[in-house]
Amino acid sequence: MKRVLYIVPVLAFAAAAALLGSRLGHDPQALPSALIDRPVPNFALPSPLEGAPGLATGDLKGRVTLVNIFASWCVPCGVEHPELTKLAREGRVAVVGINYKDKTADVRRWLGQLGNPFARIGQDLDGRVAIEWGVYGVPESFIVDAEGRIRFRHAGPLRPEDVTDRILPLIAKLGG
Amino acid sequence: MTRASGNIAPLIAAMFACAIVLGPSFSAAVEPGEILADPALEARAREIGRELRCLVCQNQSIDDSNAALARDLRRLVRERVSAGENKDQVIAHVVARYGNFVRLKPPMEKSTYLLWFGPALALIAGVLAVRLLYRRKRAGAAPAERLDRSERARLDRLLRRE
Repeated sequence: MKRVLYIVPVLAFAAAAALLGSRLGHDPQALPSALIDRPVPNFALPSPLEGAPGLATGDLKGRVTLVNIFASWCVPCGVEHPELTKLAREGRVAVVGINYKDKTADVRRWLGQLGNPFARIGQDLDGRVAIEWGVYGVPESFIVDAEGRIRFRHAGPLRPEDVTDRILPLIAKLGG
Repeated sequence: MTRASGNIAPLIAAMFACAIVLGPSFSAAVEPGEILADPALEARAREIGRELRCLVCQNQSIDDSNAALARDLRRLVRERVSAGENKDQVIAHVVARYGNFVRLKPPMEKSTYLLWFGPALALIAGVLAVRLLYRRKRAGAAPAERLDRSERARLDRLLRRE
C-alpha cells in the first residue's frame, strides 16, 4: 500500500508537466477571434488615396481575401510590409487594407515610400470599423473566404513562417 | 505619544472616508468630455465599463485604462446606452466582437468550469490530503508490534551491558 502511494507524486508531476508543457509556445496575450466563421461586419470606408476605390463589406465576397489592418505610425506594420507585398505580387489572394486611425498625408507618404500592396484601402479614421472587426491593436490580418466569412485572424506582424505555415495552406484549402 | 495618536485617528478616519467616497471616481480614466449628461445613463455606462476588459492592458477595465482602444470602447458603450440598450445588450454587443475574454466577470460555461470550480476542487483535495495524513499518523502512533524472541534477547543483552 505504501509503495503504491509513492507513485502519487510522480503522477501528479507528470500531469502538471503535461498541462504546462501543452501550453508552452502559446502566447498568453494572443486572443482567439470571436468572429471566426462569422460573416464580415457591415462597413463601408472611403480610400485615403485620391481617386482610388475604398473598401466595403461587398468587396470581400467572390474571392479569398486577406484583410490587413495597418497604420503608418505602427512600426511592426512596416516590418510585415514585405510579406504583404509578396502575397499581393503572387496573386493567390486578394490583399486589401484597413488604415487604422491615421492621417491622410501620413498614410499616403508611407505607401509612397514602401509601395502599396493593397488592391483596396478603407480609411478608418476613428477606429470604429476596427472595433467591428474585434481588432485590439495594429497590425492584424484576417483571411476572408469567397462567401465573405472570416476564417482566420492573426494578431501582430506577419512573419515569413506565418505566411508559409498558416496563411498559404489556408488559402489553398479555401481555393483562393 | 498616546495623545498624538489620539489626535491623528480622526484624520486617518477622514482620509479613509475620502478614499472610499472619492476613490472610484479618481481611479476611473473616464475623461470629462466623455461623460453623459444624464447621470442615470452615465451610471449605467460606468457599471458596464467596469465589467469590460481593456484588450490592450488586459488586466484593467476599460473604465480604468487610458489606452486609446479603451476610450473608443467607452464611447461605444455610451452610444449604445444613450440609444436605450440595457447592460446585457451592450455587453453582448461587445462580446460578439471580442469574445468572452472581454468580460471581467466570466460567464459559467463549459470552458470556464475549471475557473469557477477549480478553487473548490483544490480545497476538497487539500482536506482529503490532510485527513489521509492524520489518519496515517494516528496509525503510526498505535502500539508497536511485540518484540519477537530474538529481539527480546538482543534488548536484554544491551541492557545488561549497561
